[in-house]
Amino acid sequence: MSAHDELQHAHDDHDHDDLGIHATFKGYMTGFVLAVILTIIPFWLVMGHVIKDSSTAAVIILGLAAVQIVVHMIYFLHMNSKSEGGWNMLALVFTIVLVVITLSGSIWIMYHLNHNMMPLMDTSNLP
Amino acid sequence: MSDMSSTMTPDGGPGEKLLFHEARDVHTANGTLLGFWVYLMSDCLIFACLFAAYGVLGREYAGGPTGAEVLELPTVALNTTLLLLSSITYGFAVLEMQRDRKNPMLAWLVVTGLLGAGFLTVELREFAHLIAEGNGPQRSAFLTSFFSLVGTHGLHVTCGILWLIVLMVQVMRKGLIHANKRRLLCLSMFWHFLDVVWVGVFSFVYLMGVLP
Repeated sequence: MSAHDELQHAHDDHDHDDLGIHATFKGYMTGFVLAVILTIIPFWLVMGHVIKDSSTAAVIILGLAAVQIVVHMIYFLHMNSKSEGGWNMLALVFTIVLVVITLSGSIWIMYHLNHNMMPLMDTSNLP
Repeated sequence: MSDMSSTMTPDGGPGEKLLFHEARDVHTANGTLLGFWVYLMSDCLIFACLFAAYGVLGREYAGGPTGAEVLELPTVALNTTLLLLSSITYGFAVLEMQRDRKNPMLAWLVVTGLLGAGFLTVELREFAHLIAEGNGPQRSAFLTSFFSLVGTHGLHVTCGILWLIVLMVQVMRKGLIHANKRRLLCLSMFWHFLDVVWVGVFSFVYLMGVLP
């Protein structure tokens, strides 16, 4: 086998590569049905005034959103711990850490700041 | 890579002896997809900052309207449906791509684009309605952060639709070649990522915003 043939062969292999993603109809439909269910529940909770306590409702909504995001990641974005030799997952975990720090840190600090500024805010926030 | 080997092999004798490095591609076949994933993660951080801004400012009404007064859940339910449907139709397009069926794939892409355009129309009408009533982004910190977050998402959807149109033209001209498949998979990740962000938007902004 000459080098040229081998190169050609390697190139063909590359060309026929399926890019490592194996999407299936079953996978997409599973994800879609789960996403629909996880969307309908929070809308029903809020629009039907099912839960009277706002903070309980908020926790449930956020929980369902988190589950739905995981569903999207697995069934639509084809995430698993093995894709791209684990680099996908590593980048995702790093991003989640940053997102959690950004979100919880901002809300936590600004809540306390607002809390401490309350007496001043009362006189200054008039339109 | 293949350029390098082919320039070296003719230099002398039987080519196989001179192939001292990998004849195959040293990059993983889907390195582009990993790179695109890293881009999506950085985009995720942009949205995290906008979500944090909304989380901090979302209840600062400055005497203006509250979330319960201006946010319309039926509109959001419609938008959520459109975007979720566009996600699954893009999925069908990817399935057709895997079977190398060009025309059904293009048809699904058209459906996806129309659903995305429908989403944008509904969202822009909502924005126009808010602004017409004097509840534009300048009204209060709540509305500023609301428009920034939802508007940035809408801008992403707009870019996604433009990209979709360009890709459809490329597929029509060149067919389902390897490069086009790679691009289609990148756009698929982008599109599904926008749906993931929208899950956060409708939960954190709309549903929690109208809670008493």
